[in-house]
Amino acid sequence: FFFFFQVGELVRRKGSVGEKRMAANEEAVKYVWEGAIPLQIHLHKSEVASHPPPPPALVLAPRIGYLPLLVHLIKPYFKDSLPPGEDSIWFDYKGLPLKWYIPTGVLFDLLCAEPERPWNLTIHFRGYPSNVLIPCEGEDSVKWNFVNSLKEAAYIINGNCKNVMNMSQSDQEDLWTSVMNGDLDAYTRLSPKIKMGNIEDEFSRKASVSSPQSRQGGTEIDVAGQVKTARVPVRLYVRSVSKDFENLEDVPEMDTWDEISYLNRPIDFLREEGRKCFTLRDAIESLLPEYIRDRAQRSGEEGEQRTTDASDVSQETRGELKLVRIQGIEMKLEIPFSWVVNNLMNPEFYLHISVLVKEPQR
Amino acid sequence: MDSAGEVVNDGKITLEGFTVAARAFADKWKRHNLSFPPWSWVPLINRTMLKKEEGYLSLEKIIILSSLEGSAEEESLDVTADWSEKEESIDHTVLVQNEEDEAHYYDYHIVYSASYMVPMLYFRGYSSDGKPLSLDVIKRDLPSSSVSLLLESKWTFITQEEHPYLNRPWFKLHPCGTEEWIKLLSESSSSDGCQIPVELYLVSWFSVVGQVVGLKIPREMLI
Repeated sequence: FFFFFQVGELVRRKGSVGEKRMAANEEAVKYVWEGAIPLQIHLHKSEVASHPPPPPALVLAPRIGYLPLLVHLIKPYFKDSLPPGEDSIWFDYKGLPLKWYIPTGVLFDLLCAEPERPWNLTIHFRGYPSNVLIPCEGEDSVKWNFVNSLKEAAYIINGNCKNVMNMSQSDQEDLWTSVMNGDLDAYTRLSPKIKMGNIEDEFSRKASVSSPQSRQGGTEIDVAGQVKTARVPVRLYVRSVSKDFENLEDVPEMDTWDEISYLNRPIDFLREEGRKCFTLRDAIESLLPEYIRDRAQRSGEEGEQRTTDASDVSQETRGELKLVRIQGIEMKLEIPFSWVVNNLMNPEFYLHISVLVKEPQR
Repeated sequence: MDSAGEVVNDGKITLEGFTVAARAFADKWKRHNLSFPPWSWVPLINRTMLKKEEGYLSLEKIIILSSLEGSAEEESLDVTADWSEKEESIDHTVLVQNEEDEAHYYDYHIVYSASYMVPMLYFRGYSSDGKPLSLDVIKRDLPSSSVSLLLESKWTFITQEEHPYLNRPWFKLHPCGTEEWIKLLSESSSSDGCQIPVELYLVSWFSVVGQVVGLKIPREMLI
Protein backbone atom coordinates (compact mmCIF):
# COMPACT_ATOMS: atom_id res chain seq x y z
CA PHE A 1 0.00 0.00 0.00
CA PHE A 2 2.81 2.41 0.80
CA PHE A 3 4.23 2.09 -2.68
CA PHE A 4 0.83 2.64 -4.14
CA PHE A 5 0.42 5.95 -2.36
CA GLN A 6 3.59 7.15 -4.03
CA VAL A 7 2.17 6.12 -7.37
CA GLY A 8 -1.07 7.91 -6.60
CA GLU A 9 0.83 11.08 -5.78
CA LEU A 10 2.64 10.97 -9.09
CA VAL A 11 -0.56 10.61 -11.02
CA ARG A 12 -2.10 13.60 -9.30
CA ARG A 13 0.83 15.95 -9.78
CA LYS A 14 0.61 16.65 -13.47
CA GLY A 15 2.83 19.65 -13.64
CA SER A 16 6.18 19.33 -11.98
CA VAL A 17 6.94 15.76 -12.88
CA GLY A 18 10.20 15.85 -14.87
CA GLU A 19 13.06 14.72 -12.69
CA LYS A 20 10.91 13.27 -9.99
CA ARG A 21 9.33 10.89 -12.47
CA MET A 22 12.74 9.71 -13.60
CA ALA A 23 13.70 8.86 -10.07
CA ALA A 24 10.35 7.23 -9.45
CA ASN A 25 10.74 5.15 -12.59
CA GLU A 26 14.06 3.77 -11.38
CA GLU A 27 12.52 3.23 -8.00
CA ALA A 28 9.63 1.31 -9.51
CA VAL A 29 11.90 -0.95 -11.53
CA LYS A 30 14.03 -1.59 -8.46
CA TYR A 31 10.91 -2.43 -6.49
CA VAL A 32 9.93 -4.95 -9.13
CA TRP A 33 13.36 -6.58 -9.25
CA GLU A 34 13.67 -6.79 -5.50
CA GLY A 35 10.23 -8.27 -4.98
CA ALA A 36 10.42 -11.71 -3.44
CA ILE A 37 8.13 -14.36 -1.99
CA PRO A 38 9.16 -16.33 1.09
CA LEU A 39 8.64 -20.01 0.31
CA GLN A 40 8.39 -22.96 2.64
CA ILE A 41 9.08 -26.04 0.56
CA HIS A 42 8.03 -29.47 1.74
CA LEU A 43 9.26 -32.72 0.26
CA HIS A 44 6.33 -34.79 -0.92
CA LYS A 45 5.65 -37.46 1.67
CA SER A 46 5.82 -40.28 -0.87
CA GLU A 47 9.44 -39.38 -1.49
CA VAL A 48 10.62 -39.20 2.06
CA ALA A 49 13.01 -42.10 2.46
CA SER A 50 14.57 -41.04 5.70
CA HIS A 51 13.45 -41.03 9.30
CA PRO A 52 12.74 -38.53 10.73
CA PRO A 53 11.45 -36.72 7.65
CA PRO A 54 13.42 -33.63 6.70
CA PRO A 55 12.15 -30.23 7.79
CA PRO A 56 10.90 -27.90 5.05
CA ALA A 57 13.33 -25.72 3.14
CA LEU A 58 12.97 -21.96 3.54
CA VAL A 59 13.80 -20.03 0.40
CA LEU A 60 13.28 -16.45 -0.70
CA ALA A 61 12.09 -16.61 -4.30
CA PRO A 62 12.48 -13.58 -6.59
CA ARG A 63 9.13 -12.56 -8.06
CA ILE A 64 10.60 -12.17 -11.53
CA GLY A 65 12.32 -15.57 -11.30
CA TYR A 66 11.14 -19.11 -11.92
CA LEU A 67 10.77 -22.08 -9.61
CA PRO A 68 13.21 -24.46 -11.38
CA LEU A 69 15.98 -21.92 -10.77
CA LEU A 70 15.60 -22.46 -7.03
CA VAL A 71 16.26 -26.18 -7.15
CA HIS A 72 19.97 -25.81 -6.43
CA LEU A 73 19.03 -24.01 -3.20
CA ILE A 74 16.39 -26.54 -2.21
CA LYS A 75 17.91 -29.85 -3.12
CA PRO A 76 20.62 -29.86 -0.42
CA TYR A 77 17.88 -29.89 2.20
CA PHE A 78 16.43 -33.10 0.86
CA LYS A 79 19.09 -35.05 -0.99
CA ASP A 80 19.70 -37.41 1.89
CA SER A 81 16.03 -38.21 2.13
CA LEU A 82 15.37 -39.05 -1.49
CA PRO A 83 14.77 -42.54 -2.78
CA PRO A 84 17.31 -43.74 -5.37
CA GLY A 85 16.77 -42.79 -9.00
CA GLU A 86 16.89 -39.89 -11.38
CA ASP A 87 15.39 -36.52 -10.60
CA SER A 88 12.50 -35.05 -12.51
CA ILE A 89 11.58 -32.05 -10.44
CA TRP A 90 8.23 -30.36 -10.16
CA PHE A 91 6.26 -28.34 -7.61
CA ASP A 92 2.67 -28.30 -6.49
CA TYR A 93 0.52 -25.97 -4.43
CA LYS A 94 -2.26 -27.80 -2.59
CA GLY A 95 -2.12 -30.53 -5.20
CA LEU A 96 -2.08 -28.25 -8.23
CA PRO A 97 1.04 -28.89 -10.36
CA LEU A 98 2.75 -25.56 -10.94
CA LYS A 99 3.59 -24.35 -14.42
CA TRP A 100 7.29 -23.72 -14.18
CA TYR A 101 7.47 -21.17 -17.01
CA ILE A 102 5.20 -18.68 -15.24
CA PRO A 103 7.19 -16.22 -13.10
CA THR A 104 7.02 -17.11 -9.41
CA GLY A 105 5.42 -13.79 -8.43
CA VAL A 106 2.63 -14.28 -10.94
CA LEU A 107 1.91 -17.79 -9.64
CA PHE A 108 1.67 -16.41 -6.13
CA ASP A 109 -0.61 -13.50 -7.07
CA LEU A 110 -2.88 -15.78 -9.03
CA LEU A 111 -3.14 -18.82 -6.80
CA CYS A 112 -3.21 -17.15 -3.39
CA ALA A 113 -6.19 -14.83 -3.32
CA GLU A 114 -5.33 -14.17 0.30
CA PRO A 115 -1.52 -13.96 0.28
CA GLU A 116 0.02 -16.78 2.26
CA ARG A 117 3.36 -15.99 3.91
CA PRO A 118 5.41 -18.09 3.81
CA TRP A 119 3.95 -19.72 0.75
CA ASN A 120 3.79 -23.46 1.36
CA LEU A 121 4.74 -25.50 -1.68
CA THR A 122 5.52 -29.17 -2.17
CA ILE A 123 8.49 -30.31 -4.20
CA HIS A 124 8.65 -33.63 -6.04
CA PHE A 125 11.73 -35.31 -7.40
CA ARG A 126 9.88 -38.19 -9.07
CA GLY A 127 6.75 -38.83 -11.01
CA TYR A 128 6.73 -35.83 -13.31
CA PRO A 129 3.14 -35.27 -14.53
CA SER A 130 4.07 -35.10 -18.20
CA ASN A 131 0.48 -35.39 -19.30
CA VAL A 132 -0.19 -31.92 -17.85
CA LEU A 133 3.17 -30.18 -17.54
CA ILE A 134 5.57 -29.54 -20.39
CA PRO A 135 8.98 -31.00 -19.64
CA CYS A 136 11.62 -29.01 -17.83
CA GLU A 137 15.27 -29.81 -18.33
CA GLY A 138 16.48 -27.40 -15.69
CA GLU A 139 17.99 -24.00 -16.37
CA ASP A 140 18.19 -24.52 -20.14
CA SER A 141 14.45 -24.89 -20.46
CA VAL A 142 13.81 -21.80 -18.35
CA LYS A 143 16.32 -19.79 -20.39
CA TRP A 144 14.79 -20.93 -23.66
CA ASN A 145 11.35 -19.97 -22.41
CA PHE A 146 12.64 -16.54 -21.38
CA VAL A 147 14.32 -15.85 -24.72
CA ASN A 148 11.27 -17.01 -26.62
CA SER A 149 9.02 -14.73 -24.60
CA LEU A 150 11.46 -11.88 -25.22
CA LYS A 151 11.27 -12.57 -28.97
CA GLU A 152 7.51 -12.64 -28.87
CA ALA A 153 7.43 -9.36 -26.94
CA ALA A 154 9.87 -7.85 -29.45
CA TYR A 155 7.63 -8.95 -32.28
CA ILE A 156 4.65 -7.30 -30.64
CA ILE A 157 6.44 -4.01 -29.87
CA ASN A 158 8.70 -3.66 -32.90
CA GLY A 159 6.86 -5.73 -35.50
CA ASN A 160 9.76 -8.17 -35.81
CA CYS A 161 12.23 -10.14 -33.65
CA LYS A 162 15.32 -8.78 -35.36
CA ASN A 163 16.53 -6.94 -32.29
CA VAL A 164 16.74 -10.16 -30.31
CA MET A 165 18.04 -12.26 -33.19
CA ASN A 166 20.79 -9.73 -33.82
CA MET A 167 22.04 -9.81 -30.27
CA SER A 168 25.34 -11.59 -29.94
CA GLN A 169 25.29 -14.97 -28.25
CA SER A 170 27.30 -13.63 -25.33
CA ASP A 171 24.99 -10.63 -24.87
CA GLN A 172 22.01 -12.97 -24.79
CA GLU A 173 23.79 -15.14 -22.24
CA ASP A 174 24.68 -12.13 -20.11
CA LEU A 175 21.13 -10.84 -20.28
CA TRP A 176 19.77 -14.16 -19.13
CA THR A 177 22.36 -14.38 -16.36
CA SER A 178 21.40 -10.94 -15.10
CA VAL A 179 17.77 -12.04 -14.84
CA MET A 180 18.67 -15.34 -13.25
CA ASN A 181 20.76 -13.60 -10.62
CA GLY A 182 18.35 -10.73 -10.12
CA ASP A 183 21.16 -8.35 -11.05
CA LEU A 184 19.35 -5.17 -12.07
CA ASP A 185 22.56 -3.22 -12.67
CA ALA A 186 23.81 -5.76 -15.18
CA TYR A 187 20.40 -5.88 -16.83
CA THR A 188 20.22 -2.10 -17.08
CA ARG A 189 23.67 -2.03 -18.72
CA LEU A 190 22.59 -4.63 -21.23
CA SER A 191 19.06 -3.50 -22.07
CA PRO A 192 20.13 -0.84 -24.60
CA LYS A 193 21.57 -3.73 -26.59
CA ILE A 194 18.12 -5.27 -26.87
CA LYS A 195 16.96 -2.21 -28.82
CA MET A 196 13.37 -2.69 -27.79
CA GLY A 197 11.11 0.09 -29.00
CA ASN A 198 9.61 2.40 -26.45
CA ILE A 199 6.08 2.17 -25.23
CA GLU A 200 5.48 5.84 -25.03
CA ASP A 201 4.42 7.09 -21.69
CA GLU A 202 1.59 9.41 -22.69
CA PHE A 203 1.35 10.76 -19.21
CA SER A 204 4.90 12.07 -19.24
CA ARG A 205 4.54 13.31 -22.78
CA LYS A 206 1.60 15.49 -21.83
CA ALA A 207 3.37 16.65 -18.70
CA SER A 208 6.52 17.61 -20.54
CA VAL A 209 4.79 20.01 -22.91
CA SER A 210 5.72 23.39 -21.50
CA SER A 211 2.77 25.57 -22.46
CA PRO A 212 -0.35 25.04 -20.41
CA GLN A 213 -3.13 23.62 -22.48
CA SER A 214 -6.41 21.91 -21.99
CA ARG A 215 -6.54 18.18 -22.42
CA GLN A 216 -8.59 18.74 -25.54
CA GLY A 217 -5.75 20.54 -27.25
CA GLY A 218 -2.20 19.38 -27.71
CA THR A 219 -1.54 19.98 -31.35
CA GLU A 220 2.10 20.76 -30.84
CA ILE A 221 3.29 17.19 -30.80
CA ASP A 222 0.97 15.38 -33.10
CA VAL A 223 -1.08 16.32 -36.08
CA ALA A 224 -4.54 16.97 -34.74
CA GLY A 225 -6.73 13.88 -34.76
CA GLN A 226 -3.92 11.49 -35.51
CA VAL A 227 -4.35 8.12 -33.90
CA LYS A 228 -1.28 6.29 -32.81
CA THR A 229 -1.50 2.64 -31.99
CA ALA A 230 1.05 0.68 -30.09
CA ARG A 231 0.87 -3.00 -29.27
CA VAL A 232 1.80 -3.95 -25.74
CA PRO A 233 2.78 -7.49 -24.70
CA VAL A 234 0.41 -8.68 -22.00
CA ARG A 235 -0.28 -12.02 -20.37
CA LEU A 236 -3.60 -12.01 -18.62
CA TYR A 237 -4.53 -14.72 -16.12
CA VAL A 238 -8.23 -14.67 -15.31
CA ARG A 239 -9.71 -16.53 -12.42
CA SER A 240 -13.44 -16.39 -12.02
CA VAL A 241 -15.69 -17.09 -9.10
CA SER A 242 -19.40 -17.59 -9.35
CA LYS A 243 -20.36 -16.05 -6.04
CA ASP A 244 -19.44 -12.76 -4.55
CA PHE A 245 -17.19 -12.79 -1.50
CA GLU A 246 -16.50 -10.56 1.46
CA ASN A 247 -12.92 -11.54 2.16
CA LEU A 248 -10.20 -12.91 -0.02
CA GLU A 249 -9.86 -15.91 2.24
CA ASP A 250 -13.35 -16.92 1.17
CA VAL A 251 -12.24 -17.40 -2.40
CA PRO A 252 -12.31 -21.13 -3.10
CA GLU A 253 -9.11 -22.95 -3.96
CA MET A 254 -8.15 -23.85 -7.46
CA ASP A 255 -8.24 -27.51 -8.37
CA THR A 256 -7.18 -27.40 -11.99
CA TRP A 257 -5.67 -24.98 -14.45
CA ASP A 258 -8.89 -25.26 -16.46
CA GLU A 259 -10.33 -22.77 -13.99
CA ILE A 260 -7.99 -20.12 -15.32
CA SER A 261 -8.50 -18.39 -18.63
CA TYR A 262 -5.08 -17.52 -19.94
CA LEU A 263 -4.93 -14.80 -22.56
CA ASN A 264 -1.59 -14.25 -24.22
CA ARG A 265 -2.48 -11.42 -26.52
CA PRO A 266 -1.27 -7.88 -27.06
CA ILE A 267 -3.27 -4.90 -25.97
CA ASP A 268 -3.83 -2.33 -28.67
CA PHE A 269 -3.00 0.89 -27.02
CA LEU A 270 -4.76 3.74 -28.72
CA ARG A 271 -3.41 7.18 -28.31
CA GLU A 272 -5.47 9.86 -29.87
CA GLU A 273 -5.08 13.56 -29.46
CA GLY A 274 -7.95 14.89 -27.42
CA ARG A 275 -8.87 11.44 -26.20
CA LYS A 276 -8.74 10.90 -22.53
CA CYS A 277 -6.00 8.87 -20.96
CA PHE A 278 -5.93 5.13 -21.69
CA THR A 279 -6.18 3.56 -18.27
CA LEU A 280 -5.45 0.12 -16.89
CA ARG A 281 -9.19 -0.44 -16.82
CA ASP A 282 -9.46 0.42 -20.51
CA ALA A 283 -6.68 -2.03 -21.24
CA ILE A 284 -8.24 -4.92 -19.34
CA GLU A 285 -11.70 -4.23 -20.70
CA SER A 286 -10.33 -4.40 -24.22
CA LEU A 287 -9.37 -8.01 -23.53
CA LEU A 288 -12.45 -8.89 -21.47
CA PRO A 289 -15.38 -7.12 -23.06
CA GLU A 290 -17.91 -8.94 -20.93
CA TYR A 291 -16.67 -7.16 -17.83
CA ILE A 292 -17.09 -3.67 -19.18
CA ARG A 293 -18.91 -1.53 -16.72
CA ASP A 294 -22.06 -0.19 -18.23
CA ARG A 295 -20.98 3.39 -18.74
CA ALA A 296 -24.50 4.59 -19.40
CA GLN A 297 -25.39 3.67 -15.86
CA ARG A 298 -22.71 5.88 -14.50
CA SER A 299 -23.73 9.00 -16.37
CA GLY A 300 -26.01 11.41 -14.54
CA GLU A 301 -28.88 11.55 -17.02
CA GLU A 302 -29.37 7.86 -17.34
CA GLY A 303 -29.02 7.32 -13.60
CA GLU A 304 -31.92 9.57 -12.82
CA GLN A 305 -34.20 7.74 -15.14
CA ARG A 306 -33.43 4.29 -13.86
CA THR A 307 -35.14 2.96 -10.82
CA THR A 308 -33.03 1.58 -8.01
CA ASP A 309 -34.36 -1.89 -8.71
CA ALA A 310 -33.30 -1.89 -12.31
CA SER A 311 -29.72 -0.92 -11.51
CA ASP A 312 -29.52 -3.55 -8.77
CA VAL A 313 -30.61 -6.25 -11.16
CA SER A 314 -28.06 -5.12 -13.68
CA GLN A 315 -25.39 -5.16 -11.03
CA GLU A 316 -26.00 -8.83 -10.37
CA THR A 317 -26.20 -9.92 -13.95
CA ARG A 318 -23.05 -8.12 -15.01
CA GLY A 319 -19.67 -9.61 -14.48
CA GLU A 320 -17.31 -7.69 -12.27
CA LEU A 321 -13.59 -7.17 -12.00
CA LYS A 322 -12.96 -7.93 -8.34
CA LEU A 323 -9.21 -7.76 -8.11
CA VAL A 324 -6.34 -6.87 -10.39
CA ARG A 325 -2.81 -7.70 -9.26
CA ILE A 326 0.46 -6.81 -10.90
CA GLN A 327 3.80 -7.51 -9.18
CA GLY A 328 1.84 -8.19 -6.01
CA ILE A 329 0.22 -4.76 -6.04
CA GLU A 330 -3.55 -4.46 -5.99
CA MET A 331 -4.00 -1.97 -8.76
CA LYS A 332 -6.27 1.02 -8.93
CA LEU A 333 -7.73 0.77 -12.39
CA GLU A 334 -7.60 4.45 -13.24
CA ILE A 335 -3.81 4.53 -13.45
CA PRO A 336 -2.55 5.35 -16.97
CA PHE A 337 -1.82 2.09 -18.69
CA SER A 338 1.42 3.36 -20.18
CA TRP A 339 2.78 4.00 -16.72
CA VAL A 340 1.82 0.50 -15.59
CA VAL A 341 3.57 -1.09 -18.54
CA ASN A 342 6.75 0.91 -18.35
CA ASN A 343 7.21 0.41 -14.64
CA LEU A 344 5.74 -2.97 -13.79
CA MET A 345 6.64 -5.22 -16.69
CA ASN A 346 8.87 -8.27 -16.31
CA PRO A 347 12.40 -8.43 -17.74
CA GLU A 348 11.17 -10.16 -20.89
CA PHE A 349 9.03 -7.07 -21.56
CA TYR A 350 5.75 -8.78 -20.78
CA LEU A 351 3.23 -7.30 -18.38
CA HIS A 352 1.65 -10.13 -16.37
CA ILE A 353 -1.77 -9.31 -14.97
CA SER A 354 -3.68 -11.54 -12.54
CA VAL A 355 -7.37 -10.85 -12.46
CA LEU A 356 -10.10 -12.17 -10.24
CA VAL A 357 -13.58 -11.72 -11.67
CA LYS A 358 -17.05 -12.50 -10.57
CA GLU A 359 -18.94 -14.25 -13.32
CA PRO A 360 -22.04 -12.63 -14.69
CA GLN A 361 -25.21 -14.43 -13.70
CA ARG A 362 -27.04 -15.93 -16.58
CA MET B 1 -11.64 -0.84 -44.56
CA ASP B 2 -13.58 -4.04 -44.35
CA SER B 3 -11.66 -5.88 -41.74
CA ALA B 4 -13.12 -9.26 -42.61
CA GLY B 5 -11.84 -9.07 -46.15
CA GLU B 6 -8.52 -7.48 -45.36
CA VAL B 7 -5.34 -9.41 -44.96
CA VAL B 8 -2.73 -7.19 -43.37
CA ASN B 9 -0.29 -6.40 -46.08
CA ASP B 10 2.88 -8.09 -44.98
CA GLY B 11 1.92 -11.75 -44.87
CA LYS B 12 0.08 -11.43 -41.57
CA ILE B 13 -3.63 -11.82 -40.94
CA THR B 14 -6.07 -10.27 -38.50
CA LEU B 15 -8.20 -12.26 -36.10
CA GLU B 16 -11.29 -11.53 -38.16
CA GLY B 17 -9.41 -12.53 -41.29
CA PHE B 18 -8.35 -15.77 -39.66
CA THR B 19 -11.94 -16.68 -38.83
CA VAL B 20 -13.00 -16.10 -42.44
CA ALA B 21 -9.96 -17.90 -43.83
CA ALA B 22 -10.52 -20.85 -41.52
CA ARG B 23 -14.07 -21.37 -42.72
CA ALA B 24 -12.98 -21.12 -46.34
CA PHE B 25 -10.13 -23.56 -45.73
CA ALA B 26 -12.39 -26.08 -44.04
CA ASP B 27 -14.93 -25.83 -46.89
CA LYS B 28 -12.36 -26.34 -49.61
CA TRP B 29 -10.77 -29.20 -47.73
CA LYS B 30 -14.10 -30.91 -47.39
CA ARG B 31 -14.79 -30.53 -51.09
CA HIS B 32 -11.43 -31.45 -52.52
CA ASN B 33 -9.69 -33.59 -49.94
CA LEU B 34 -12.07 -36.52 -49.65
CA SER B 35 -9.37 -38.86 -48.54
CA PHE B 36 -9.28 -37.09 -45.17
CA PRO B 37 -11.93 -36.36 -42.59
CA PRO B 38 -13.03 -32.71 -42.48
CA TRP B 39 -11.61 -30.02 -40.21
CA SER B 40 -13.95 -28.75 -37.52
CA TRP B 41 -14.14 -25.26 -36.11
CA VAL B 42 -13.90 -25.28 -32.33
CA PRO B 43 -15.32 -22.05 -30.89
CA LEU B 44 -13.71 -20.61 -27.80
CA ILE B 45 -16.47 -20.29 -25.32
CA ASN B 46 -15.06 -19.75 -21.91
CA ARG B 47 -15.90 -17.66 -18.96
CA THR B 48 -14.35 -14.54 -20.38
CA MET B 49 -16.85 -14.60 -23.26
CA LEU B 50 -14.78 -12.98 -25.93
CA LYS B 51 -16.77 -10.55 -27.97
CA LYS B 52 -15.93 -11.77 -31.43
CA GLU B 53 -16.39 -15.39 -32.30
CA GLU B 54 -12.96 -16.86 -31.80
CA GLY B 55 -11.89 -20.40 -32.27
CA TYR B 56 -9.48 -22.77 -33.91
CA LEU B 57 -9.52 -25.52 -36.52
CA SER B 58 -9.23 -29.12 -35.43
CA LEU B 59 -8.41 -32.27 -37.32
CA GLU B 60 -8.15 -35.27 -35.09
CA LYS B 61 -7.43 -38.97 -34.99
CA ILE B 62 -5.46 -39.08 -38.21
CA ILE B 63 -3.72 -42.37 -38.39
CA ILE B 64 -0.23 -42.81 -39.63
CA LEU B 65 0.83 -46.39 -39.92
CA SER B 66 4.36 -46.60 -38.77
CA SER B 67 6.48 -49.18 -40.44
CA LEU B 68 10.10 -50.02 -40.12
CA GLU B 69 11.04 -49.07 -43.65
CA GLY B 70 10.09 -46.34 -46.02
CA SER B 71 9.86 -42.61 -45.63
CA ALA B 72 7.08 -40.90 -43.78
CA GLU B 73 5.91 -39.23 -46.96
CA GLU B 74 5.09 -42.53 -48.47
CA GLU B 75 3.34 -43.48 -45.31
CA SER B 76 1.06 -40.49 -45.37
CA LEU B 77 0.11 -41.30 -48.93
CA ASP B 78 -0.71 -44.77 -47.71
CA VAL B 79 -2.98 -43.22 -45.16
CA THR B 80 -4.89 -41.26 -47.75
CA ALA B 81 -5.33 -44.34 -49.91
CA ASP B 82 -6.81 -46.21 -46.98
CA TRP B 83 -9.22 -43.43 -46.26
CA SER B 84 -10.70 -43.16 -49.71
CA GLU B 85 -11.41 -46.86 -49.75
CA LYS B 86 -12.98 -46.96 -46.36
CA GLU B 87 -14.65 -43.61 -46.16
CA GLU B 88 -18.09 -44.70 -47.15
CA SER B 89 -18.54 -47.60 -44.84
CA ILE B 90 -16.41 -46.92 -41.82
CA ASP B 91 -16.27 -44.18 -39.25
CA HIS B 92 -13.10 -42.12 -39.72
CA THR B 93 -11.71 -43.04 -36.38
CA VAL B 94 -11.63 -46.74 -37.03
CA LEU B 95 -8.67 -48.27 -38.73
CA VAL B 96 -8.24 -51.71 -40.03
CA GLN B 97 -4.60 -52.35 -39.52
CA ASN B 98 -1.90 -54.76 -40.15
CA GLU B 99 -0.82 -56.61 -37.02
CA GLU B 100 2.85 -55.85 -37.46
CA ASP B 101 2.35 -52.12 -37.93
CA GLU B 102 1.78 -49.88 -35.00
CA ALA B 103 -0.84 -47.21 -35.49
CA HIS B 104 0.06 -43.69 -34.45
CA TYR B 105 -2.77 -41.23 -34.04
CA TYR B 106 -2.33 -37.51 -34.65
CA ASP B 107 -4.39 -34.49 -33.76
CA TYR B 108 -3.80 -31.17 -35.53
CA HIS B 109 -5.02 -27.77 -34.42
CA ILE B 110 -4.63 -24.55 -36.37
CA VAL B 111 -4.63 -21.76 -33.81
CA TYR B 112 -4.36 -18.01 -34.37
CA SER B 113 -1.45 -16.23 -32.72
CA ALA B 114 -2.45 -12.73 -31.70
CA SER B 115 1.20 -11.88 -31.03
CA TYR B 116 2.59 -12.90 -34.42
CA MET B 117 -0.67 -12.33 -36.33
CA VAL B 118 -0.28 -15.60 -38.20
CA PRO B 119 -1.73 -19.08 -37.76
CA MET B 120 0.23 -21.71 -35.86
CA LEU B 121 0.07 -25.45 -36.15
CA TYR B 122 -0.17 -27.46 -32.97
CA PHE B 123 -0.11 -31.23 -33.11
CA ARG B 124 0.31 -34.25 -30.92
CA GLY B 125 0.73 -37.94 -31.46
CA TYR B 126 -0.48 -40.84 -29.39
CA SER B 127 -0.75 -44.59 -29.66
CA SER B 128 -3.97 -46.53 -29.69
CA ASP B 129 -4.00 -46.75 -25.90
CA GLY B 130 -3.88 -42.94 -25.69
CA LYS B 131 -0.29 -42.72 -24.49
CA PRO B 132 1.44 -39.64 -25.90
CA LEU B 133 4.24 -40.19 -28.37
CA SER B 134 7.62 -38.63 -27.70
CA LEU B 135 9.27 -36.34 -30.21
CA ASP B 136 11.72 -39.12 -31.11
CA VAL B 137 8.89 -41.38 -32.11
CA ILE B 138 7.04 -38.59 -33.91
CA LYS B 139 10.20 -37.78 -35.88
CA ARG B 140 10.03 -41.20 -37.44
CA ASP B 141 6.61 -40.31 -38.80
CA LEU B 142 7.80 -37.00 -40.27
CA PRO B 143 9.20 -36.50 -43.76
CA SER B 144 13.00 -36.71 -43.80
CA SER B 145 13.38 -33.05 -44.80
CA SER B 146 11.66 -31.99 -41.60
CA VAL B 147 13.84 -34.21 -39.54
CA SER B 148 17.06 -32.60 -40.75
CA LEU B 149 15.69 -29.13 -39.99
CA LEU B 150 14.75 -30.34 -36.55
CA LEU B 151 18.26 -31.60 -35.97
CA GLU B 152 19.82 -28.29 -36.87
CA SER B 153 17.97 -26.19 -34.33
CA LYS B 154 16.60 -27.88 -31.27
CA TRP B 155 14.84 -24.87 -29.90
CA THR B 156 13.42 -23.06 -32.85
CA PHE B 157 11.58 -25.42 -35.12
CA ILE B 158 9.20 -27.90 -33.57
CA THR B 159 8.94 -27.31 -29.88
CA GLN B 160 6.90 -28.75 -27.09
CA GLU B 161 4.73 -26.10 -25.57
CA GLU B 162 1.49 -25.80 -23.79
CA HIS B 163 -1.58 -25.65 -25.98
CA PRO B 164 -2.89 -22.09 -25.66
CA TYR B 165 -6.34 -23.28 -24.57
CA LEU B 166 -6.20 -26.87 -23.45
CA ASN B 167 -3.64 -26.85 -20.61
CA ARG B 168 -1.80 -29.82 -22.04
CA PRO B 169 1.61 -30.22 -23.70
CA TRP B 170 1.41 -30.21 -27.48
CA PHE B 171 4.00 -29.74 -30.20
CA LYS B 172 4.08 -26.46 -32.02
CA LEU B 173 5.57 -25.34 -35.29
CA HIS B 174 7.48 -22.16 -34.60
CA PRO B 175 5.91 -19.16 -36.32
CA CYS B 176 8.98 -16.97 -36.86
CA GLY B 177 9.32 -16.52 -40.60
CA THR B 178 5.75 -17.45 -41.47
CA GLU B 179 4.80 -14.03 -42.74
CA GLU B 180 7.88 -13.94 -44.95
CA TRP B 181 7.06 -16.98 -46.95
CA ILE B 182 3.39 -16.06 -47.16
CA LYS B 183 4.59 -12.77 -48.64
CA LEU B 184 6.71 -14.69 -51.14
CA LEU B 185 3.79 -16.90 -52.02
CA SER B 186 1.51 -13.95 -52.63
CA GLU B 187 4.09 -12.11 -54.71
CA SER B 188 4.57 -15.04 -56.99
CA SER B 189 0.96 -16.00 -57.36
CA SER B 190 -1.14 -12.88 -57.76
CA SER B 191 -1.07 -10.49 -60.67
CA ASP B 192 -2.67 -7.44 -59.08
CA GLY B 193 -0.87 -6.15 -56.02
CA CYS B 194 0.70 -8.58 -53.63
CA GLN B 195 -2.29 -9.74 -51.69
CA ILE B 196 -3.58 -13.23 -51.22
CA PRO B 197 -7.37 -13.05 -50.86
CA VAL B 198 -8.29 -13.89 -47.31
CA GLU B 199 -10.22 -17.00 -48.42
CA LEU B 200 -6.99 -18.51 -49.70
CA TYR B 201 -4.72 -17.43 -46.87
CA LEU B 202 -4.91 -20.64 -44.86
CA VAL B 203 -4.80 -22.77 -47.98
CA SER B 204 -1.53 -21.14 -48.97
CA TRP B 205 -0.23 -21.35 -45.44
CA PHE B 206 -1.11 -25.00 -45.11
CA SER B 207 0.40 -25.87 -48.46
CA VAL B 208 3.76 -25.15 -46.82
CA VAL B 209 3.15 -26.00 -43.19
CA GLY B 210 1.25 -29.20 -43.84
CA GLN B 211 4.25 -30.60 -45.69
CA VAL B 212 6.38 -30.32 -42.59
CA VAL B 213 4.12 -32.80 -40.85
CA GLY B 214 3.53 -34.87 -43.95
CA LEU B 215 0.07 -33.62 -44.86
CA LYS B 216 -0.40 -32.65 -48.46
CA ILE B 217 -3.28 -30.76 -49.96
CA PRO B 218 -4.62 -31.34 -53.43
CA ARG B 219 -3.90 -28.68 -56.04
CA GLU B 220 -7.60 -27.96 -56.54
CA MET B 221 -7.71 -26.32 -53.14
CA LEU B 222 -5.32 -23.60 -54.24
CA ILE B 223 -7.72 -22.17 -56.79
